[in-house]
Amino acid sequence: MSDRVTALLAGSRDTIPMLVGAAPFGVIFGTLAIASGIPAWATLALSALVFAGSSQFVAVGLIGGGVALPVLWLTTFVVNLRHALYSATLLPHARHLPARWRWPLAFWLTDETFAVVEHRLREHGDDMAGAWYWLGSSLAMYLNWQLWTIAGVLLGKSVPGLAELGLDFAMVATFAAIVAPQLRQRPVLLAALLAGTVALLARHLPYKLGLMLAALAGVAGGMLAERLAAGTVAEEQA
Amino acid sequence: MNLTTQQLLLAIAGMLAVTYGIRLSFLVFGHRLAFPHWLERSLRYVPAAVLTALIVPMALAPQGDIALNLSNAYLPGTVAAGVLAFYTRQTLLAIIGGFVVYGLWRWLL
Repeated sequence: MSDRVTALLAGSRDTIPMLVGAAPFGVIFGTLAIASGIPAWATLALSALVFAGSSQFVAVGLIGGGVALPVLWLTTFVVNLRHALYSATLLPHARHLPARWRWPLAFWLTDETFAVVEHRLREHGDDMAGAWYWLGSSLAMYLNWQLWTIAGVLLGKSVPGLAELGLDFAMVATFAAIVAPQLRQRPVLLAALLAGTVALLARHLPYKLGLMLAALAGVAGGMLAERLAAGTVAEEQA
Repeated sequence: MNLTTQQLLLAIAGMLAVTYGIRLSFLVFGHRLAFPHWLERSLRYVPAAVLTALIVPMALAPQGDIALNLSNAYLPGTVAAGVLAFYTRQTLLAIIGGFVVYGLWRWLL
């Protein structure tokens, strides 16, 4: 086996735990989208072209609820902005790569591939084998996500009336399960409380604008709490 | 869902442009960009804020009006999922647990 293939396979292999973790979300996404009345082609296109799980979930909720497109795009921007941080962190390892590598690798950048690849490039340096490793992780995540989305779409199609069975609840349960463990941190708890309150009060605003207001209020509250907490610690230490 | 096929195409194209643009930012146009520190810190609160903003109206007012009553199965189901996730950190277990509570609640009442 050539060094390239070895590196490619190593990248895929090291991503296996992430593939397992993403699988149920792929299925839930596909099923939910179908249950929300989104056509199968659009569900598959979201996974194939956007390829960003959390924003795809949010999009299902928003598209199902009748959203104005600028609000959908703005929400996508806010939810996916963390990828800019990954993009910046990986840049030193990608500077030497030609554009034909950087454009596709950027498209496939996810939380999972970032976690796996950043670790490897930091430990082993960024030669061409590193690039093939990165590609292997990217392709594994991408194919995995498409596969489980298709499984979800098929499940949604084969069980008609899933929405009446309460599948719309699955989204609420999924989000609650993702958020709850983060609430141990005080500033995050405050961010969530503020966002939830504003979202509830502003729920009748058109085009789901309340969501943007709530997100802004939550993020601002979290940063304020963080600053206040830092001030208290500094005073105690002084 | 009340979007036309054309609107749906536009929605997805816009999401692609926004997401790919973010991912390309530094990797392809990095030499002209700087990531401000305050923005980096604010990102920590985005998931909790956005997801909670989606959950709360659905759990407390599934039909549009605030429903703090026994017939609202969303509320106990959501609380169950949240509490399970908080204590076990097992996402899938929490989702299933929430679903069980939700289903039982609807079946019993």
